[in-house]
Amino acid sequence: MRQTWVTPGGVHPPENKDQSLTQPIGSLPIPEKLVVPLGQHIGAPAIACVTVGDRVLKGQKIADPAGTISAAIHAPTSGTITAIEARPVAHSSGMNALCVEITSDGKDQWIDKSGISDFEHTSPKALLSIITEAGIAGMGGAGFPTSVKLNPGFKRPIDTLIINATECEPYITADDSLIRERAEEIVEGIRILSHILGNPHNIMIGIENNKPEAIKALEPHTKDTGINVVSFPAKYPSGGEKQLIYILTGKELPSGNIPADIGMLCVNIGTTHAIKRAVVDGEPLVSRVTTMTGEACEINRNYDVLIGTPVEHLLNHNNFDAQRCSRVIMGGPMMGFSLTSKLIPIVKTTNCILAPSVEEIPHNEPAQPCIRCGMCAEACPASLLPQQLLWYSQAKDHERLQSHNLFDCIECGACSYVCPSNIPLVQHYRSSKSDIKKAQEEKVKSTQARERFEFRQQRIELAEKEREAKRAARREAAKQAKASSGTDSMADIVAAAQARTAAKKTSPEQELAKLERAVSSAEMRVQKAQDKLDTASANSETDEKINILSAALSGAQQKLEKAKTRLAEHSN
Amino acid sequence: MAFKQVTSPHAHGAQNTAKVMQLVVWATIPGLIALTWHFGWGSLINVVLASITAVVSEALILKMRNRPVWFYLGDYSAVVTAVLLGLALPPLCPWWVVVVGTLFSVVIAKQLFGGLGYNPFNPAMVGYVVVLISFPVEMTTWVAPLALLPEGVAHPDFLESLKLVFFSASPMDGVTGATPLDSFKHAAGLTVEQIYQQDSLFSQAMFAGVGWEWVNLGFLAGGILLLCSRVFTWHGPVAMLVALALMSLIFWDSGSSQSPGSPLMHLLSGASMMGAFFILTDPVSSAVSHRGRLIYGALIGILVFIIRSWGNYPDAVAFAVLLANFTAPFIDNYTLPRTYGHTDRRKATERLED
Repeated sequence: MRQTWVTPGGVHPPENKDQSLTQPIGSLPIPEKLVVPLGQHIGAPAIACVTVGDRVLKGQKIADPAGTISAAIHAPTSGTITAIEARPVAHSSGMNALCVEITSDGKDQWIDKSGISDFEHTSPKALLSIITEAGIAGMGGAGFPTSVKLNPGFKRPIDTLIINATECEPYITADDSLIRERAEEIVEGIRILSHILGNPHNIMIGIENNKPEAIKALEPHTKDTGINVVSFPAKYPSGGEKQLIYILTGKELPSGNIPADIGMLCVNIGTTHAIKRAVVDGEPLVSRVTTMTGEACEINRNYDVLIGTPVEHLLNHNNFDAQRCSRVIMGGPMMGFSLTSKLIPIVKTTNCILAPSVEEIPHNEPAQPCIRCGMCAEACPASLLPQQLLWYSQAKDHERLQSHNLFDCIECGACSYVCPSNIPLVQHYRSSKSDIKKAQEEKVKSTQARERFEFRQQRIELAEKEREAKRAARREAAKQAKASSGTDSMADIVAAAQARTAAKKTSPEQELAKLERAVSSAEMRVQKAQDKLDTASANSETDEKINILSAALSGAQQKLEKAKTRLAEHSN
Repeated sequence: MAFKQVTSPHAHGAQNTAKVMQLVVWATIPGLIALTWHFGWGSLINVVLASITAVVSEALILKMRNRPVWFYLGDYSAVVTAVLLGLALPPLCPWWVVVVGTLFSVVIAKQLFGGLGYNPFNPAMVGYVVVLISFPVEMTTWVAPLALLPEGVAHPDFLESLKLVFFSASPMDGVTGATPLDSFKHAAGLTVEQIYQQDSLFSQAMFAGVGWEWVNLGFLAGGILLLCSRVFTWHGPVAMLVALALMSLIFWDSGSSQSPGSPLMHLLSGASMMGAFFILTDPVSSAVSHRGRLIYGALIGILVFIIRSWGNYPDAVAFAVLLANFTAPFIDNYTLPRTYGHTDRRKATERLED
């Protein structure tokens, strides 16, 4: 038994995990249409590389990552691309975003898969590119592109690899059932990770002690591999990255840092399974295990769901009763968000669809005033003072909010869970956080604008000064000229003017060359005029035209005469 | 209806403000029983009269403030204030003392500051101090404990008590007496041992003072119940009691005529236990963090001892709590807990660097 550390705060909501663990992971019929969002991860949404009407195979790439922090997207089944347009997606704001719609052909035909059987003899770089190509993003909830996470750079060597199998949210059993049924693949995935990271000496699977079967399933595969399965008492939110690091190592992740800064890396256990599939089996991430649970559905169990499956499809296959349901939640009851449309598709980060009955999760009661009872502070895993944050959040006192470390809030919802006054505390914090971020951005913008303005003012001032200096110089010169005009006679001025003109005159050689050029060009023009006149008379043009041309010829001849005369004058 | 936008978390714990307030009311019952047993029906009448006054006046002022009356009455906070004030007032005091005190608590100290959650001072203690200063005679006349009544004399029965409260102008003789804290205040020149021998309040007591020790133990029991139900944390009450005990130990002076009394006497006299578990734990007007509540509690303990020993009033919980209420926002500024991932505790007044 390895030592574990106890985090402050935390809550113990009813677990409600048993109901979805009575059956093994199931599968659903392929839906007629799959809607695959292009942004399923943190970072830039992928860019579609197919067009409407294209036929795609299962596992074929349909969107390329846009930049470093992004992930590729693959077709979850074979079929035809029937739309690329904005659709409602899994987001707490209920927004629409660009999606690729695939109409399934029902064949579920894979691309040619090419896996690597001996990853130990493959360079980490090559493995990373496989993971990039497979479009793997963290499957625990945040969806950070895994290949980026696995490449912290040589300046940040990783000595501790933490596999997060905590699954501390009530109701969710996706990881639990995945471990129970596919422990071998998971451990292989962890070994691939370890190889990529240069075999960190400390590899731990962190798991809550409410999953004895999963722990047992891991045992035979982790034996003599150097991978430690570390279990600890269940408490929400032990699965938060920061909390798990503390529980397993006793170290705190300094505020504003990422785990790699202290030589650690946290990967969700579902992600390790996806990595194994990508590397060994050559299967990109096109499906995931998702828990379908809640009293408003008759059947509660885990499914291996294709990415892009509309929630409606999942609900219908489990006899969903909309009348009984208080809300449909993607994720758990603590941090999940309610869905505004049944057409929203399952994405890479969807670990649960929760359809609770009204008795299970009643409608929200109106908030009462905060009596600062402090239950929230007792529950906060980050040791914040939620009651004070609420106070300052309502007062929009950004300075106080920041001195109370608002940005260390992980939005776990433990404070709102215990609040006897039903205050939606987390919502206040989210809103304050975005207000502060916006204010900071505006501040940067206004600073830039001010700098620009000041620079412009400076520039205008400088130009004005220069002009003023010039004017002063001219005034000075005029004054001097006036002063000197009093003493000098008129003859002097004329002489000075003549001298200036003489200075401007060119030398005789230059003058000669110039006149010669004038003569030759005049000759050329006479020749041209003659030619034109000849062609015109040969083509028997009108008299008028011939008259004009002959006039032009005589003009040119006159000019030639003039030039010749001037040359002769100069030569003399 | 199933597809709607609701913010997380969706799950909610079983606790709600009304339940917490009700629990506080229930937790006063051991203390109320002890008071009734030792001092007659007066306290119960106080509590009921204060509660009725509080609910009616709260309803009226909510109406005047255009607030939903039933929604706010349902939080039971007015009842808690009234019960605590009723317990603090002397048994069998005239009805208008109770009514004036309660009106002041609910209308001025609470609702005029914005209602529940916005009052900077403990409403019950504001009401108490107002009547204490305004009606000193009525407020310092305590019924003698049952055990010390002369042979053949009993506390008035319930109906007689009602009559006394509502119709009697002057407090009755024969059944009134000094409190232990009064005895110490007015026993100049006597050593502690002499006081204990002469005064039957102490000579017949088990720990500290006849009747009073049981009242305090009753409130201690209720307080422990609330502590176990996590209505509040131990920090405030323990800090206050430890500070009070330490102060009385430091100034014990081996029981000389200058001694203000033993630690046990102070802990189990007057409103010590009620103050520690029911008054200073009012979260609205106290400091918020653990360290803040330790400082806040200790400050009250020290002030209680100072006022009891060298002030004009025999007991001091109300004054000490109100004085500490003033300091709570200041204490809060300097007692933020250390947040995860930070090496230092921050100050609330910290300015952001640009």
